[in-house]
Amino acid sequence: MAEQNTHLSSLLQKNEQSLLTQWIEAQQRVIGTKISPQELKIQCMDFLRLMVEATHQDKSTSIDGPAWVTAKKMLAEVSKSRTNQGFSPSQTALFVFSLKRPLFDLLRKELVDRPNEFADAIWAITQILDQLGLYTAEMHQRSREEVINRQQADMLELSTPVVKLWDGILALPMIGTLDSNRTQIVMESLLQKIMETESEIAIIDITGVPTVDTLVAQHLIKTVTAARLMGTECIISGIRPQIAATIVHLGVELGNIATKSTLADAFKLALSRTGRSVSKTTTHSPATGMRK
Amino acid sequence: MNHEELQIRTQSDIVLVRKAVRELTAKLGFGLTDQTKITTAASELARNTLEYGLGGHLEMETLKNDLGKSGIRLTFIDQGPGIADIALALTDGFTSGKGMGMGLSGSKRLMNEFTIDSEMGKGTRVSVTKWK
Ligand SMILES: Nc1ncnc2c1ncn2[C@@H]1O[C@H](COP(=O)(O)OP(=O)(O)OP(=O)(O)O)[C@@H](O)[C@H]1O
Ligand SMILES: [Mg+2]
Repeated sequence: MAEQNTHLSSLLQKNEQSLLTQWIEAQQRVIGTKISPQELKIQCMDFLRLMVEATHQDKSTSIDGPAWVTAKKMLAEVSKSRTNQGFSPSQTALFVFSLKRPLFDLLRKELVDRPNEFADAIWAITQILDQLGLYTAEMHQRSREEVINRQQADMLELSTPVVKLWDGILALPMIGTLDSNRTQIVMESLLQKIMETESEIAIIDITGVPTVDTLVAQHLIKTVTAARLMGTECIISGIRPQIAATIVHLGVELGNIATKSTLADAFKLALSRTGRSVSKTTTHSPATGMRK
Repeated sequence: MNHEELQIRTQSDIVLVRKAVRELTAKLGFGLTDQTKITTAASELARNTLEYGLGGHLEMETLKNDLGKSGIRLTFIDQGPGIADIALALTDGFTSGKGMGMGLSGSKRLMNEFTIDSEMGKGTRVSVTKWK
């Protein structure tokens, strides 16, 4: 096994130009000009050189050794940029697999009168390219997962914006469907923010939550209780009539938690609890300043 | 009549159940309050199927009675451990886990019809119906 890619390195090096041309053509037949010809050419040239080096240093048919580290690193990068451009896993792995045909053609020409060597060489190159191709597909998958994880994290962040309404009064609008994991995380970050800002009153607005079941209710109650222990009173607002009716039938008691149907009502309550009030001024006729 | 099956294997399946139930109730012309009640009951029962029944599935049917009234029936089926004492499970505030113990009894109040069959070691089947 260890001797099997003896010729590969020199073969690649000697035929670099013709290989490059055929390889690029093979890819463009499938992906068109989704990648600019210059970019593709640079990627292919770089990778061929790295393959020459790796196969020169490592004569085995495995890509697990240290000689392949740089080549694999480059594949990971190519894979990532393909993923971001919206390539499928097979389109991404094409980068490697499309090298098979040009290489096989080349081997056939070079080893035309040495059938045994030809067979060995084909086997060696197949093993190497298959491993590299799978590696590329795996990297594609990993990049996808990174994108998904990032989006999920973004969503969790987005779902708990904190709005300061007045000194000591925060509004925390909750938005979206809450599954068990998310409810937990959303509630924890609410508490975190209440703590950071040392607010007197926090208004948790659930206008954007489509379903309030016992799990969501339980988390709400726990959050309000925990906030209270930190010296912050909570008001829950945005309980629409259909949600109110459902909670009653469900039998969930929000106990002594203040609730209001709108954020505006909750804000009014918060102001009065902190010794303030909103009143209309009488000196000006309304709206004159608003018109053009 | 109309019949649809949904898997309940993960947390996100519960979100999908709620979405499917809400869409179907809206399509059937249920009012906003009933849509919310039915969706909430579905959320409770789906969560029980996942947490206690160790996963299962939901069968959604649309119904029409003799008087031409339409309705929706949701049947949650699992092959979990079953419920030893159904009366106890239906008691407000009883939970064997860390819940509020309101899901089962609450769903019963939110819907028009409620049946539960359970056999130890075999599984549980909860069926709820709401008429327009
Ligand atoms: N599908 C099921 N399989 C086995 N046991 C169940 C099933 N559904 C409910 N139970 C049992 O019935 C109990 C009461 O259920 P219920 O939904 O009322 O409360 P909970 O799920 O514990 O809390 P909550 O729903 O309020 O968050 C559960 O704690 C559990 O022991
Ligand atoms: Mg429950």
